[in-house]
Amino acid sequence: MATQQTRSLARFMMAPSVVLLLVWMVVPLALTLWFSFQQYNPLNPVRDGFVGLSNYALFYSNPAFLQSILNTLVLVVSVLLITVIGGILLALLIDQPMWGQGIVRILVISPFFVMPPVAALVWKNMIMHPQYGVFADIARFFGMQPIDWFGQHPMTAIIIIVAWQWLPFATLILLTALQSLDGEQKEAAEMDGAGFISRFIYLTLPHMSRAITVVILIQTIFLLSVYAEILVTTNGGPGYASTNLPFLVYQKALLEFKIGQASAGGVIAVILANIVAFFAMRAVGKNLDK
Amino acid sequence: MARSVTTQHKTIATVAAWIVALLIFFPILYTIITSFKSEQEAIQGFNLIPSGTFESYAEVQAQSGYFKFFFNSVLLSVGSTVLALLVAIPAAWSMAFSPTKRTKDILMWMLSTKMMPAVAVLFPIYLIFRNLGLLDSRIGLMVMLMLINLPIVVWMLYTYFREIPGEILEAARMDGASLWNEIIYVLTPMAVPGIASTMLLNIILAWNEAFWTIRLTTTDAAPLTAFISSFSSPQGLFWAKLSAASTLAIAPILIMGWFSQKQLVRGLTFGAVK
Repeated sequence: MATQQTRSLARFMMAPSVVLLLVWMVVPLALTLWFSFQQYNPLNPVRDGFVGLSNYALFYSNPAFLQSILNTLVLVVSVLLITVIGGILLALLIDQPMWGQGIVRILVISPFFVMPPVAALVWKNMIMHPQYGVFADIARFFGMQPIDWFGQHPMTAIIIIVAWQWLPFATLILLTALQSLDGEQKEAAEMDGAGFISRFIYLTLPHMSRAITVVILIQTIFLLSVYAEILVTTNGGPGYASTNLPFLVYQKALLEFKIGQASAGGVIAVILANIVAFFAMRAVGKNLDK
Repeated sequence: MARSVTTQHKTIATVAAWIVALLIFFPILYTIITSFKSEQEAIQGFNLIPSGTFESYAEVQAQSGYFKFFFNSVLLSVGSTVLALLVAIPAAWSMAFSPTKRTKDILMWMLSTKMMPAVAVLFPIYLIFRNLGLLDSRIGLMVMLMLINLPIVVWMLYTYFREIPGEILEAARMDGASLWNEIIYVLTPMAVPGIASTMLLNIILAWNEAFWTIRLTTTDAAPLTAFISSFSSPQGLFWAKLSAASTLAIAPILIMGWFSQKQLVRGLTFGAVK
């Protein structure tokens, strides 16, 4: 149906987006790759030059590296577990008939709209502060010693904050999927004598499976690059206890000016993200075929 | 749909849901409450009833010039969104109405650029910005935010445009409408709601972006994310002031967010869940 004229017009209309994204993807990535094989220190340029794979070796032999990979994975997996399981339970709860459902939804979704530095600061100072935080008040009320969250359990603290930010997203998406479940199917299952549990396992869960997949994939993209929450609360510490891969790369690049090593770390981050992206694209791509 | 719901069931669900919802909302609520306390009150232990003073708000403005950052946030989020729409509308349009064999591949590729971790390209971008004199410039950051969100914008518009029935186009063509007339008079009115939703979600995303906005700015172009992050270094007890600043930073977008729940689902799942 499309004539030659409309086809070239279509190409013309698409060009700005495609060119911009192509430049945005290729140029910085090529530079990162190039720097990852270089010794480059803007403060001390004497020994700058090609160094082969030694940046990767240095980055790898850095004790902080394995720790940061581990922290990255712990953060992603823990937050996913909390938000997906919590999200399913919350969605099931909110889907029940109740008074004020609209307001409940608004309250639950709200944390998602709080910018990361605010979320982190509010939790750090108002909730988890070992002296003036609400948790400390509660602990003292029960006669217990308040917990020094960021000193003693920095990763747990960050996981709680990030999970609080993403639980609303998971809940909202799972609730949307839940509400598109056919009421008649539910009724039929009920008439056949299926209890709540078996209805959930055989009807609700399969129906939500795609939404669950999407939640996992999209959150993983964002969780792999958590940054502001760490910057504002623990600054990666104590030591490297709460440093994830993005934070380590940032430290190397902009604090220590070890550009080569930072770039090697960046390349590793890209590879990690690509493994995830591969699965993400397949899941989203399937949806396009429908 | 004659599901009999007992009042008892409904009551239990209501109570349970409200308790959970209030717990989740509590940190935000407590921040708002604390913002109306004096610094003295703010550290005197758990207390839900503030004295209702506005002094923290006045101080935040007087000390750090809150409105400069607020203005930057508005400018950056709205500006980058408008830029993204200008670039994305034609692209999404042509992909939705004259799809080719490669349309799907192009869409997937655009999405894949979103998967690149920002930190991996931090230094090259920093270098490019420095050499172009774009560090701490509003224009530079606006372009940056536009590029970050462009894939989501194209995707969202595409899923909306695809729902516009093609028959209308054909009818207009039969009547001899030129392509531009077709776009301006027939399709634009049908596309406006989708564009508005996309705009809303993108403003929210740009407003809350907290990597590039912190790293590429110092003073002139710094938006609220950078402003709030500057509170992370301890300078004594400033709970009430921090709360006032936080409340001011999140209030506009929180309210916008409440109105955009549905678009959020659709936009952030790339149309996979509606």
